[in-house]
Amino acid sequence: MSSATAVGRPARLGLPRWAAPAGAAVLFAAAYLVFRDTATLPHNKEAAPFLAVTELREWIDDNRNDNPLFLYFLNYIRLFVGGLYDAFHTVLLALGWPGITGVMGALGWLSGGRWIAALAVGGVSAFGLLGLWESSVDTLALVAVAVLLSLAVGIPLGVWAGLSWRVRRVLTPVLDVMQIMPTFAYLAPLALFFHIGAPAGAIATMIYAIPPAIRITALAISEVSPTAVEASASLGATGRQTLFKVYLPLARSTMALAVNQTIMMALSMVVIANLISAPGLGGDIIRGLSRAQVGIMLPAGVAVVIMAVVLDRMTMALSRRDAHAATSRADLAGAGALAVAGLALIPVLPRVWPENLTVNVVAEVNDAVRWAETNWYPVTTFIKDVTTRALLNPLESLLTSAPWWLVALAVLAAAWRVSGLRPALTALACLLAIALLGLWEHSMMTMSTVAVAVLVTLAIGLLLGVAAARSPRFSAVQRPILDAAQTMPAFVYLLPALALFGTTRFTAIFASVIYAVPPVVRLVEDGIRAVPATVVEAAASAGSTPRQLLWKVQLPMARRAILLAANQGIVMTLAMVVIGGLVGAGALGYDVVLGFSQRTDFGMGFVAGIATVLLGVMLDRITQGADRRSSPRKRKFT
Amino acid sequence: MKIRLLAGLLALGLTAMGCGGATVDTSTSSAAPEAGASASGGSAGTVKIAINPWVGYEASANVVAYLLENELNYDVELPEIKEQLAWEGFETGDVDVIIENWGHPDLKKQFIEEKKVAVEAGSTGNKGVIGWYIPKWMADEHPDITDWKNLNKYAELFKTSESGDKGQLLFGDPSYVSNEAALIKNLKLNYKIVTGGSEAALIKGAQQAQAQKKPLLFYFWDPHWLFSQTELVRVNLPPYTEGCDADPKKVACDYPEMDLDKIVSKKFADTGGKAYELVKNFNWTNEDQNAVADDMTNNGMTGEDAAKKWVEANPAKWQAWIPK
Amino acid sequence: MGDSHSAAITVEGLWKIFGPKAQKVLDSEDRHLDPAALREKTGCTAAVRDVGFEVRPGEVFVVMGLSGSGKSTLVRCLTRLIEPSAGDITIGGENIGRASPARLREIRRHQVSMVFQHFGLLPHRKVIDNVAYGLEIQGTPRAARHERAEEILSLVGLDGHADAYPDQLSGGMQQRVGLARALAVDPQVMLFDEPFSALDPLIRRDMQAEVIRLHREVGKTLVFITHDLSEALKLGERIAIMRAGSIVQLGTAEELVGAPADDYVADFVRDVPRSHVLTLRWLCRSPEPGESLDGPELPVSTVIRDAIAASSASAHPIRVVDGDELAGVVDRVDLLSFLSGQETPVRAGA
Ligand SMILES: Nc1ncnc2c1ncn2[C@@H]1O[C@H](COP(=O)(O)OP(=O)(O)OP(=O)(O)O)[C@@H](O)[C@H]1O
Ligand SMILES: [Mg+2]
Repeated sequence: MSSATAVGRPARLGLPRWAAPAGAAVLFAAAYLVFRDTATLPHNKEAAPFLAVTELREWIDDNRNDNPLFLYFLNYIRLFVGGLYDAFHTVLLALGWPGITGVMGALGWLSGGRWIAALAVGGVSAFGLLGLWESSVDTLALVAVAVLLSLAVGIPLGVWAGLSWRVRRVLTPVLDVMQIMPTFAYLAPLALFFHIGAPAGAIATMIYAIPPAIRITALAISEVSPTAVEASASLGATGRQTLFKVYLPLARSTMALAVNQTIMMALSMVVIANLISAPGLGGDIIRGLSRAQVGIMLPAGVAVVIMAVVLDRMTMALSRRDAHAATSRADLAGAGALAVAGLALIPVLPRVWPENLTVNVVAEVNDAVRWAETNWYPVTTFIKDVTTRALLNPLESLLTSAPWWLVALAVLAAAWRVSGLRPALTALACLLAIALLGLWEHSMMTMSTVAVAVLVTLAIGLLLGVAAARSPRFSAVQRPILDAAQTMPAFVYLLPALALFGTTRFTAIFASVIYAVPPVVRLVEDGIRAVPATVVEAAASAGSTPRQLLWKVQLPMARRAILLAANQGIVMTLAMVVIGGLVGAGALGYDVVLGFSQRTDFGMGFVAGIATVLLGVMLDRITQGADRRSSPRKRKFT
Repeated sequence: MKIRLLAGLLALGLTAMGCGGATVDTSTSSAAPEAGASASGGSAGTVKIAINPWVGYEASANVVAYLLENELNYDVELPEIKEQLAWEGFETGDVDVIIENWGHPDLKKQFIEEKKVAVEAGSTGNKGVIGWYIPKWMADEHPDITDWKNLNKYAELFKTSESGDKGQLLFGDPSYVSNEAALIKNLKLNYKIVTGGSEAALIKGAQQAQAQKKPLLFYFWDPHWLFSQTELVRVNLPPYTEGCDADPKKVACDYPEMDLDKIVSKKFADTGGKAYELVKNFNWTNEDQNAVADDMTNNGMTGEDAAKKWVEANPAKWQAWIPK
Repeated sequence: MGDSHSAAITVEGLWKIFGPKAQKVLDSEDRHLDPAALREKTGCTAAVRDVGFEVRPGEVFVVMGLSGSGKSTLVRCLTRLIEPSAGDITIGGENIGRASPARLREIRRHQVSMVFQHFGLLPHRKVIDNVAYGLEIQGTPRAARHERAEEILSLVGLDGHADAYPDQLSGGMQQRVGLARALAVDPQVMLFDEPFSALDPLIRRDMQAEVIRLHREVGKTLVFITHDLSEALKLGERIAIMRAGSIVQLGTAEELVGAPADDYVADFVRDVPRSHVLTLRWLCRSPEPGESLDGPELPVSTVIRDAIAASSASAHPIRVVDGDELAGVVDRVDLLSFLSGQETPVRAGA
């Protein structure tokens, strides 16, 4: 079985290092040939866990208004979040576009000066220009609520975790799992407990966005100079005084990063939350999807990206700000003028962006896409069919026709070799749980899609990463592109994929490749650059050619970084492949979508969400390797 | 100390919020038209018509929305919500109207009879039927292909890279009414459902199949403008008999012809005033719908423009819907 | 302790053991193991082991020892910044161990303050707000605490830097801020944990002079941690030498130099120019019969180095007096043989 050939480690004496993996691979292959089509676990839409969850949902639906848990707890949360959303929404609507533009501009100015202000004003106007004013306001309100709640919960928890290693130890594994949980997995449980609509969407977004808020806050707090804390205590400060006068101010700039990451995460979730009827730009994207019109999706996608860029730059500017520089008079005046101008114009200008000022590009984009479709059809179809026939279908049929125990053994062996016994056992447990949940076949299919996507991602990522590490000029060109790419919400990547390839499994592969390549490139480049200069010098002075240097020194020494890149790549790819259920990726992702579309399949969708998490944990453990995850700062989206 | 204080506050909060607890329709944003009136001056209220993902539905919704806005001075929201979720929207207040409902006896039972959050608002006048279709050239070449019993014989023709070694049955949006899985299983067909994901994927597939003579078996429905542009032939599944689709798992017969109808939330029916009257009166033909849908899809018009065109051309029809 | 009221700080039987099983170790015989063996056996680190001493009011008490010998731990135990594992600490007559958290805060606010090796300044606050921090915590109004902070800043020679931020100052200036912050609350006791070891030698000398001056001006009780012997000798009235958590010797500079308790201490003080530390008390002997007593008169506390000039100016032996009484005499030969490094008989009255 091919997955058994893991990254090599120096083997025992005598045998070449590839002997053990190769032997294992031969063994697995032989076992497969003998046992194929036995002990398979074909998909059954009526598996017991699905029915149980569907039944539970029906029960909840019937009792939502009289079960005490709902009546006195969950419904209040729903009500509270809904109220908050309405409040934000009302305020934003009341501000109208002149007000929002002015206020955002002012906030931008305060956070980073006039260029950021200009960016904010331009960004907000772009929502109107794109003809997406109302959806953008909805999304903005939803993001605001979700981020506010995430921070309200995440910052105290993060502070607590930063202060107490005990809390940190409890939280870390939970956060780890949350970070590898694909966005889709959050939806079904939330729909179950909080019904659909804006409140459920806001809560889903909040939960999805909370890990960086907690993580980075905890990091920021634990990085506060212990001497400063001690000095404060030595002067008789109470715990609260030390918290507010020492910890929080000192952690401030790092915590701005937490806010930044939370917003970014929220933005990538808020779009997907449309599947449970949350309002906003997600609706336009889904509308485009369901009409297969890139022309509808593109402006919405662009609006989401603009929102991400504006909010990202604003919060980043905040975190980079010189700690001592008080906001200057001029800046205050500028910001104030903007805000006042905006507010003063509210009664004068229409609240909703005037329709005659919008740029409607739907038809043009659709035409362009149609043109591309017809003209590139031979090429795109060729790529799609070759990949599907040569890689995807064989792998899929291999995984679905192999006995389940053989796959389990292969996973165990691979994980053991790469990551050690404990992760291997966790991976195995996840796989067995998937089998018990009745989603074996679909998980295997999703895994094949992920495998192909990861293969391509790693190939491209290594290539670009090595190129960047060897050529500073190339790196300088590539970096800003990578930065920009990492600011984009996951959903947006579906667009070009859909435009080029229609709805097939390959579409998801393509989208996840472009989604996961940037962080992989970055990690590989950093890993190779981190090889000590002295080692490189020594190798060079021994007469290595650049190629030898790369293969014999730099790549082996960057092994950990590469493993980490593989790990990140896999986790991100999985998230994207699951979202790809919306554009024809089938299997688990589609099960989730189906769960929201057909009430009878709710259980399957729900369980599929759990299975994606298990699959994520499993793939993560297999590739966890020597070292644990990168610092949360580097991690953008999951 | 602190804990006791907290408990006290909590208890206080609960009592303050009313001892009855919160139900899902205790919504802050009321769906009722009156409450929404503040948004823009002079509006008679806001009506939320769910948009289900097919263009015929959108055509109906847009015409009703156009009339509500221009004749009765309502604000109309058209949230994109799929069929079954839209029913739940009646409960949460996210939806007031489903303008074209395809059957769904189970949902009717649950939301109309049991939960009493929705009510029927009469027929749209459209007759709907779902079926499996092939491009006409295939029926010409293989006359016996239109009998389901011969589908397995031709499965080979329908193979694609997505369906592997089985024949492909192209399906639309995951939310559509569907017996496909049960039919394939119960009729022992050697086919795999491949989900195109949207109405557009079906249309594109059908057009290509006819134009380029590519084999295609796909899920489709009438009323649809496509029938006037592309020749399609329906595959005859075992004929529908009363109650043959009672158990969704055991279905082995064709879809019935349905009287498409309108469903509205109970709240809207009670407080919707003229808007509700209009929705209730709305009634037109398949040709009307196809005309609007065709304009929206093929003539580059927005829903609003297409609705306007139809409204201007057919005053007699819609004036009968406007409440006195 | 009978006269504990006369002492500013009294420490008795103080233990600090880091690790999960601290109490168990303390109760068992393991506590007598040397630190390495203890860590090996239990995973615990005994940082302070059965330490006891007294500090007199107004005294400068220096604790010295190599890195890792437990100095920082000891000094932090005094105000329970680190919770001691066992032992009694009394400051100003009050038992610290039994103080409630609120009372402990009061003590830290008003009685004891501390200066840290790495300054521990708050980088987000201006110098003046750093200095005023202790007062701010006590709830002093802004105007009052700024006024006080200004005063202290000029006391430590930082006039005109009130509105700077700590990272805009040099290391020496930063530590002056730390010093000012500790002084601002007007404590009776100040604890210094290696305050100058991060500074370069010249600045360090300045700062030491500063501390001596301040001590003279404000007359506080100081506990001063250092690993620098010359600093200890320069500042300390009494010096405690720590090794592996215990105090191996406690005494004045000349006691340590003159009579090191063991090889560790001897090693420590080996490079000290003895003539700079030892006093005539260590050298004087009873006058031999017939020896002239017309020589110059010097007190017993005169450092030997300073006696050389007097001795060379007169042909007669120096008369060493303790108050009014004659303690003994020292002649040129005695001095020369001492300076040439010959073992000098200890003649001082014990
Ligand atoms: N929080 C702690 N947990 C565990 N062990 C500690 C802790 N703090 C100090 N130690 C240990 O206690 C011993 C004494 O440490 P301490 O910091 O008191 O030494 P020190 O004399 O101040 O050294 P230095 O001159 O380097 O500052 C060391 O072995 C140290 O490793
Ligand atoms: Mg120390």
